[in-house]
Amino acid sequence: MATARGKGKFAIALVIVVAMVWVWGRSSRYLKPPGGKAKTPLVVFAAASLTDPFNEMKNLFERQHRDVRVVMNFAGSQELALQIEQGAECDVFAAADQRWMNDVEQRQLLSERPRDFVQNDLIVVLPARNPGPVQQLPDLSRKGLKIVVADEAVPVGRYTREVLNRMSRLSGFGLSFAEAVLKNVVSEEDNVKAVLGKVQLGEADAGFVYRSDVSQRVKEEVIVLEIPPAANIVATYPLAVLKNSTHLELSREFEDLVMSPAGQDILANHRFIPVSRGKGRP
Amino acid sequence: MSEPLSPRTPLSLLRTFPGFWSLSLILGAAIIPIFLCLPLLSLFVQVPFTELAKRISSPVVLNALRLSLLTSFSSAVIIVVFGLPTAYFFATSEFPGKRALEVLMNLPMVLPPTVAGLGLLLAFGRSGLVGGWLARMGWSIPFSTVAVVLAQLFVATPFFVNAARSGFEAVDPHLLKAASSLGASPFYCFLRIVLPLSSRSLAVGMAMAWARSLGEFGATITFAGNLPGVTQTMPLAVYMAMQSDLQAAVALSVLLLIVSFGILMALRTRVFLGPR
Repeated sequence: MATARGKGKFAIALVIVVAMVWVWGRSSRYLKPPGGKAKTPLVVFAAASLTDPFNEMKNLFERQHRDVRVVMNFAGSQELALQIEQGAECDVFAAADQRWMNDVEQRQLLSERPRDFVQNDLIVVLPARNPGPVQQLPDLSRKGLKIVVADEAVPVGRYTREVLNRMSRLSGFGLSFAEAVLKNVVSEEDNVKAVLGKVQLGEADAGFVYRSDVSQRVKEEVIVLEIPPAANIVATYPLAVLKNSTHLELSREFEDLVMSPAGQDILANHRFIPVSRGKGRP
Repeated sequence: MSEPLSPRTPLSLLRTFPGFWSLSLILGAAIIPIFLCLPLLSLFVQVPFTELAKRISSPVVLNALRLSLLTSFSSAVIIVVFGLPTAYFFATSEFPGKRALEVLMNLPMVLPPTVAGLGLLLAFGRSGLVGGWLARMGWSIPFSTVAVVLAQLFVATPFFVNAARSGFEAVDPHLLKAASSLGASPFYCFLRIVLPLSSRSLAVGMAMAWARSLGEFGATITFAGNLPGVTQTMPLAVYMAMQSDLQAAVALSVLLLIVSFGILMALRTRVFLGPR
């Protein structure tokens, strides 16, 4: 009995070890294709909200430049700026916010003036599964609702508060609207995806997120309420090549791809607002 | 039982046994304390004392500290109340599936806290397994202080149960047999023999569970959210401060360190550990 159990345990351990070795092998083959010569790495730091479109950019760029490997680093703009200022190796920086790009620029780390490449605005999302008492935007000020926003330190959190203040000045909302909505806030999240997650799970009755956050995948799990254009903000995303880039020429080409009609189409497909159509380098 | 080694100073060790063994023991033993203390001391060096005093008196910090102490002590009490019977039952009973259940109960210790938070949301959230039912009765747990305590209970309970269990298992069963042959009831045996003999393990387990609760971050921010005064505990306040003001984050960390040091030190006194 004891030996049978011992054999069983040994078998389980063996299966786990074999599986781990297999995963290891697969992943290293993925990272370093057999026989392929080392490709030039191009390091792109991009805001987390750009994850989907910039992964498509990467594929497109690698198809155009067979000898280049684009390495993407996605995180909050403020975290990326901090990494760059601390000396991280980076060729291209795409931020979700002017503030953090300015921060990097003021430390003289850029090779050029940043260029605005795309815009975004805010929407309100409601859970699709168990719709609460929110039918339209003015309902957000109803007592007892659970509303989730981003913290004021996060760009989208700052935009949220600005949008609320602007709504208070529109007819149909009332002067105390912003205050009433903020009283309903049950959590101030550290990033926009966390706000979205709480709404997707049906835990929050409403949340403020970027338009681009509602991807095809998310679409079925939330209901979108449009914010009147008079109250909405425009978030403009800047892009720049860093001074310390070891591949200035390639970096500029990546930047041009983002600004090109093909690049802008990718962004538009992900519900971003393109800023230029077919505008070349000035 | 063997006589414990009498403590000696590094100097007397070298004097009694001069040579390679003593020297390498002392050098080897020095590396880990230095490694552990260096980041802690670095935090202190970063903050001027006046800055610290100013930060600590801000309402956000006071709220976070109050909430952290309230929730972590509540968690510690609940963990002891429910953890004691659990640990004693598992130490003294045998039933099919016990091993698997034990491993399952230890999983919260190795899970990434964010996974723990997600699991809690799916269980106690408004549309969760239990939470959906609670919500229909008008009780919603996420985003409340109760959620903070639940998150802490989930990740910290195994620390106490494991420590208490090994304490109970170390109690000599002959003592219990002797006591009951003299007419002592099981409850009397537990109260007067088992508890005193395992008090050290219980105190250590309690300190570990409390410390884990105080430092809880990932499950809290996922399950309870982040709202000053309601769910924003010290670790969350440090993290949010880091997004905009590094100095504030360091000041908060130092405060958290001082409080934790004080409480862990108090738990090491004789009152809790008993005589050696």
